[in-house]
Amino acid sequence: MIDINHLANLANMKVSQEEGKKLENGFKESLKSVDLLNKIDTKGISSSFQVTSLKNIYRQDKVDHSRCLTQKQALSNAKKTYQGYFVVPYVFS
Amino acid sequence: MKLNQLTIASALTGLKNKSFSSLDLTKACLNQIEKTNKNLNTFLTLNPSALTEAKRADNLIKTFLTNFEKYPLLGIPYALKDNFLTKGLRTTASAKVLDNYIPQYSSTVYKRLKNAGAILLGKTNMDAWAHGSSTENSDYGPTKNPWNQNHLPGGSSGGSAAAVIADQCIFAIGSETAGSIRQPAAWSGVTGFKPTYGRVSRYGVIAMASSTDSPGPLTKNVIDAFLVTKVIAGHDPKDATTSSLKVNLTSPKTKSLKGFKIALPKEYLIKEMDSQTTNIIKKAVNDLKKLGAKVETISLLDPHFAISVYTIIQRSEVSSNLGRYDGVRYGHPRTYFSHEAKNRVMLGTYTLSTGYYDQYYNHSQKVRTIMINEFNKTFKDFDLIIGPVSPGPALKVGSTQKNPSFGEMQDILVEASSLSGLTGLSVPCGFVNGLPIGLQITGDQFAEQLVLNAGHAYQQAIDHHLKRPTI
Repeated sequence: MIDINHLANLANMKVSQEEGKKLENGFKESLKSVDLLNKIDTKGISSSFQVTSLKNIYRQDKVDHSRCLTQKQALSNAKKTYQGYFVVPYVFS
Repeated sequence: MKLNQLTIASALTGLKNKSFSSLDLTKACLNQIEKTNKNLNTFLTLNPSALTEAKRADNLIKTFLTNFEKYPLLGIPYALKDNFLTKGLRTTASAKVLDNYIPQYSSTVYKRLKNAGAILLGKTNMDAWAHGSSTENSDYGPTKNPWNQNHLPGGSSGGSAAAVIADQCIFAIGSETAGSIRQPAAWSGVTGFKPTYGRVSRYGVIAMASSTDSPGPLTKNVIDAFLVTKVIAGHDPKDATTSSLKVNLTSPKTKSLKGFKIALPKEYLIKEMDSQTTNIIKKAVNDLKKLGAKVETISLLDPHFAISVYTIIQRSEVSSNLGRYDGVRYGHPRTYFSHEAKNRVMLGTYTLSTGYYDQYYNHSQKVRTIMINEFNKTFKDFDLIIGPVSPGPALKVGSTQKNPSFGEMQDILVEASSLSGLTGLSVPCGFVNGLPIGLQITGDQFAEQLVLNAGHAYQQAIDHHLKRPTI
């Protein structure tokens, strides 16, 4: 059972009723083809979340100033700023 | 031959001999863009500093000819896919959410190309957020295939592929999550090279599926793919997944494939392929044999399973990566997302959600392990794996509308290698109804040299990569 409104809410997407129906049908079709994977026995097989075999890549705990943005740069793409801060939408009603 | 039609290698020779200047070369590309972009829709944004940068390159060439050692791509104009951040130059990933986004920093790939002296012409069209295999899913309209403008160029790096074959640039950069370099290269008739995952930095590339995203070149031949890869590959402290293995690539020289053991998975000649494409691939296999390669048919996991694994992993990673776009720090609010982005983000949200994680996401990652194990086993006995890149030639504009799994089907033959982080090349190997077909040559992780050598030897024997469309 796919609850499109719940998913839209979780994904923070606005979805009209008509679009929701289209998405739901698409999901059902995609998941049906994905069910093909049930044919493969994965008992005792580990998951490969990544393919590099790298583990725990550390760096010196030092600030790399070449990677830092100035406050002006950081704010340069923001639609609304206030005294050097980003203005964010209300979270609490 | 016009200057914009040159390869990197021949353009470098001309610049060194002072037969022409970087300014001439850059102007020739910009003229071609002006002439053809209206129809092809390859470039979204042009670099207003291109000519100034070309003049600077000419000054460096005039001062010391040895500057080519310091700047290996000095004065060479190129196109960059619009998901690579370019400080001060609009970067949209072909998505209206980022319509007004001016990056405050640059991607490592762009920086390395700049440091190598290459001249950025502009940013190329792609499927929005790299979601797709057609470039039809761009929020700025589809790119047209220069071989036949009723057809798609492939994607997601379709703008880059089309720009190369239309001679709007000397080379281009794309990125691949599962086929997004090799498939548009195949459909547009250019050489596309996907290095091993972690060989080229993802820093400053707008993230799609972080466990497979791999930047790479789209070029006019294999030698050029080598020249670009040598510049962009290598460890980057800004991307912890990059390998610290030294890049020891040398220019491919071999004309023979004697001693090469090549595997042809029988499952890769899938039932969905048309007979003409199958025959072209069989002919390419024979060409490789004539060059001395020993080709054996093997069995690998049915690539239809790769579609399912890729669908789950890609949607899941996308749902996480696109969570950051809130329109507060940059870009427009989430209401600007197009249907396809919503589709992918929400399906990924579903497959990662409580109760479904094990059934979908974790199960897919286990099948991914099976694929990796199969490849590891194959590469114990073989140097390379070959097959078609895509089931057939470029499909018509409008084809994506009818099928929600359009992209996955077109990339079916390269998904498993992407999910396993392998390196692979697409080289033109023939034409069906005037549209190009690509041969994939895939190698184990970090086997870039072998793959490039084989591709180069093949291009010494055939001439499909030398053909150009009439635009």
